[in-house]
Amino acid sequence: MSDQTTDNAVSVKNIYKNYGEIEALRDLSLDFPNGQLTSLLGPSGCGKTTLLKIIAGLLPATQGEVFVNGSLVTKPGPDRAFVFQDFALMPWASVLRNVAFGLELRGVNKNEREDIAAKYIKDVGLVGFENSFPHELSGGMRQRVGLARALSVDSPVLLMDEPFSAVDEQTRRKFQEDLLNLVKNENKTFIFVTHSIEEAVYVSDQIAILLPRPSRVSEIIKPKGFRNKDVDSIRKDREYLDTVESIWKSLRTYVE
Amino acid sequence: MYLFGYKLPGMSSLILWGLLWEFLGQIEVSFFLPPLSAIFNTLLEIYNSKAFVRALYETGYSFLAGIFFAVFIGIPTGILMGKNRFLDELLLPWVNVFMSAPLTALVPVLMVLFGFGLKSIIITTTLFAIWIIILNSRAGVMQINRSLVDMANSFGASPIDAFIKIYFWAALPEILGGVRIGFIRAVKGVIIAQLLISIVGFGALFELYSSRFLMTHFWAVILVLFALAFTLSELLGMLARRVDYYASKRSQ
Repeated sequence: MSDQTTDNAVSVKNIYKNYGEIEALRDLSLDFPNGQLTSLLGPSGCGKTTLLKIIAGLLPATQGEVFVNGSLVTKPGPDRAFVFQDFALMPWASVLRNVAFGLELRGVNKNEREDIAAKYIKDVGLVGFENSFPHELSGGMRQRVGLARALSVDSPVLLMDEPFSAVDEQTRRKFQEDLLNLVKNENKTFIFVTHSIEEAVYVSDQIAILLPRPSRVSEIIKPKGFRNKDVDSIRKDREYLDTVESIWKSLRTYVE
Repeated sequence: MYLFGYKLPGMSSLILWGLLWEFLGQIEVSFFLPPLSAIFNTLLEIYNSKAFVRALYETGYSFLAGIFFAVFIGIPTGILMGKNRFLDELLLPWVNVFMSAPLTALVPVLMVLFGFGLKSIIITTTLFAIWIIILNSRAGVMQINRSLVDMANSFGASPIDAFIKIYFWAALPEILGGVRIGFIRAVKGVIIAQLLISIVGFGALFELYSSRFLMTHFWAVILVLFALAFTLSELLGMLARRVDYYASKRSQ
């Protein structure tokens, strides 16, 4: 724990994860710098989501340690919030209750938590839908609810498991732009799982490429040049295009 | 149902069957089948007689008590079995055995264990209803969306919170389906118990009327019982439909 630096919000140290005979993660170590967005990118079956769930405390590692701001992770905690691929909204509860649910479980009283939830519902652009139910919303709107729920508990670390993979392409682009603004404005550390190379390069300060069987970090890429450009010109940027191309070259051998 | 292209109101087929019954009764096909109108006349005569009201009260009391235990023991047991592998393997064989066992054959054993009174009747009613409630609650929990559980855990839900706020609600459509079938089975259970254990309630009326060949009386009581069971089942069905919208959308 002594080598834990304050620059890293999350540190993963020598993680092993076995499912019976199957070795899902082998000796994986990775640091996640404070206030930045790190993507876990790789082909399916490379253990991205497994790693994210270990960081979340939802899965125990077979061996190895995870530190969040210097303290060892043994179970889920208020220092991390999770955004789910399939949104994980309660279909029997209104948008307002869904967004406030994290606070509800933490024992915040009803008035206070609904005030906080209302603020984040406004931030994600769902004003007017407070009393709607998830089945009345589109996929994109549902993920906004999931995002608002994760933001409303105000955790320093946000864990996102392929959050945009279940929404349509246009919505997805809008989400990616919003995410860049979120990283800029909220002083939070984002860990973002994706299988889309373009998405990873577009939103990340740091990209960790994971390779499968058994999973390990093969490369860490830190795009520099286009990070401060405005959202519209990134996709035209030379470095952006080159990075996408080089990642594809290193991954293509793993795709049959 | 449609007739010549017109939509008929729900359950209008019953009118047709009622007319057939009346006709068969009028031509005196069998002594055991009096005309429907005669049965309704008898019903009007007896429905506020002391014996009928008392039977209704006795049966209703045993039924509600039996259902109460079946619901409040059955639902939590089913949810826990769905959540916990160990508990499931421990209890599932028994639940399946009792689910398919001829419970009527067990009634004499219950009489030995719990006596000839109300207690045995209530226990019999519970035994008829509880297994399907357990199995359905269990099935409801087992198909729960994993990420809802992960979600609750990631926000630090205690086991009690997860049980009440996630598992129960996520399984509610199946639970209500089980309760509905349980209610119908409990109607069967309470009458069988009243016939076999101690001759009280509607069971006693059946016994009395059939042994004296009072067929219109006999059918009148049966019709009341059918109507009660049907109404209960429809009410629960309405309740179940109110939560159906999320049963089908649950995966997303």
